[in-house]
Amino acid sequence: MTVLLQKLSECIEFGKVNKAAPYPPDRRGMDGADEITQQLISEGVDPQRILTEGLMPGMERTGIKFRENKIFVPQVLMSAKAMNTAMVHLKPFFLSGAARQKGTFIIGTVEGDLHDIGKNLVSMMVEGNGWKVVDLGVDIKAEKFIAALREHPGAVVGLSALLTTTMMNMERITKAIKAELPATVVVVGGAPVTASFCGQIGADGYARDPQGLVEFLNNLL
Amino acid sequence: MEILKHIGSNRVLISDGAWGTFLQKKGLQPGECPELWNITHRKDVRDIAESYIMAGADMIETNSFGGSRFKLEKFGLADRVAELNRAAAEISREAAGSGKWVLGSVGPTGQLLLMDEVTREELYDAFREQAVALEAGGADAIMVETMTDLEEAVIAVKAARDYTRIPVFCTMTFDRLVTGDYRTMMGISPQEMVGPLLDAGASVIGANCGNGIEGMVAIVREIRTVHREVPVLVHANAGMPVYRDGETVFPESPEDMAIHLNALVEAGANIIGGCCGTTPGHIACLRKTLNRE
Repeated sequence: MTVLLQKLSECIEFGKVNKAAPYPPDRRGMDGADEITQQLISEGVDPQRILTEGLMPGMERTGIKFRENKIFVPQVLMSAKAMNTAMVHLKPFFLSGAARQKGTFIIGTVEGDLHDIGKNLVSMMVEGNGWKVVDLGVDIKAEKFIAALREHPGAVVGLSALLTTTMMNMERITKAIKAELPATVVVVGGAPVTASFCGQIGADGYARDPQGLVEFLNNLL
Repeated sequence: MEILKHIGSNRVLISDGAWGTFLQKKGLQPGECPELWNITHRKDVRDIAESYIMAGADMIETNSFGGSRFKLEKFGLADRVAELNRAAAEISREAAGSGKWVLGSVGPTGQLLLMDEVTREELYDAFREQAVALEAGGADAIMVETMTDLEEAVIAVKAARDYTRIPVFCTMTFDRLVTGDYRTMMGISPQEMVGPLLDAGASVIGANCGNGIEGMVAIVREIRTVHREVPVLVHANAGMPVYRDGETVFPESPEDMAIHLNALVEAGANIIGGCCGTTPGHIACLRKTLNRE
C-alpha cells in the first residue's frame, strides 16, 4: 500500500493522468493517477492518507522543481491534470467529512485583468497541497471577494494580476477587504508583483512562485 | 516597399516603442478592450503611431495585439476581428506615410493547446483571420509577438504565411531564470525557437517584453550561436517594473536604454525598438545614438 501511495505521488509529479494518457512517454501503458487512486480507495486506504502521502508529496516535488526552473508551465499543468483526476475520487470524502482539507483559499484575478494561467497554476498547487480552493475566476471586484469570504469565513484570499496596470487594483481590493473583514489574510502574486509592493499596499503575504505561497499558507496553520 | 530588402547586416533599423502602456496614459481603463479604440478613439491611436514616426522609427506596429477572436471574445467582440484589425493597420499605415513600414501586431490567444482549451485548427483559423485583416488594412509585415508556447507561435507564423503575401516576423518572450539562462514561461530557450520558427516561414525572429535591453543582449547572442544570418528583432522593456508612490514605473530612462544599444548591435540585432514602458523619448534616443555611431 505504501508502494502504491509512492506510485501515486510519482504520477502526480510526472503528470501521468491515466493508463490511456500518452504523457509522459516513459510511462506509456502504465496505470495513472486515476487508476491508482481508485485502487487505493477500493483497498480501503484512508482518503486522508491518499491526500497527504500520495497527492501532496507529488505536488510538492513539482512545486519545488518549478521554483528551481527545472520544469516549466507545461509540466506543472500536466501534474495538475493528474491531481485533478485523483481529486475527483476524493471529493466525496471531503464533502462527507471523512477526509479534511487544511483550510479554504479563495483566489481570483483582480478587476480589469482577464489573465488566468498564473492564477490557475497557483490554484492547482494549493489544492494539491491539501487546501480547499474556491476559484472566483478573472476580472473579480472587491465585493465578490468579500461575498466569498462571508460564505467561507476565515478563508485566506489570494489576488492575482499579470499587468502592471491591473496590479494597481490589488491595493483597492486589499483595502476594501480589510475594511469589511479586518482579520482576513490577503496574499498577492503575479508577474509584476514584488514583496515591497505587497508591503506598500497593506497585503499580508507575497510569494514569487506557487510553492512559496503553499509554504506561506502552511505556516498560518 | 518590400521591407525585407532593407533589413540586413550593414544597417540597423529602429522600431517603435510601447503601445499598451501608452494607451493607458491616454485613458484606456483596465477592463476596456484596447482594439475597440481603433474605432472609438481613432485619433488617440493615430497620435501614438505618429509620435513614434516623429521620434524617428523606421517601422511602427498596430493596435491589434489582442485582436484575435479568442481575446476579443472576452469583450463580446469576437465577430469584429476583421473590422478592428483592418482599422488598426489603416491607422498605422496613415501615420507611417510612405517610406516607413507597418508591422501588424498579433499576440497570443491565451488558450493552451496542452490543456485542450483549443485545437490546432482553431488557433490556425483565428491567426489566419487576424493576419488577413491586417494585410488588408495595409500592414507590410505580420508581427507575431510575446509568444511563450512554441507550437502556438509556429501555428501563427504558418497561418500568416499561408494566407498573406507579406513577410512574417515572430518574437517570443523570455524570462531570466535563477540559473541565469533564458526561457519562455513554457520552457523554450532562444536557441530552440530558431529552427521551428524559420521552418514555419518566419523571415525575422527575436524577442520582446520580459526583459530590459541588457537581458536582450544575452538573448540575441544565444540566437546567434545557432544562426548567423537570420534578421533579429528586439523590442525591449524600459527595465523591469517597480512600484513607486501608488503607480507602476518602468525605471529605465531613454539614456539608460541607449547605453546598451551598441552592445545589442554587436550581439547581432538588426531591428531594435521598445516594449512596455518605452516612449517616443526612448525611440528618439535610440535613433540619435544609432545615427551617432
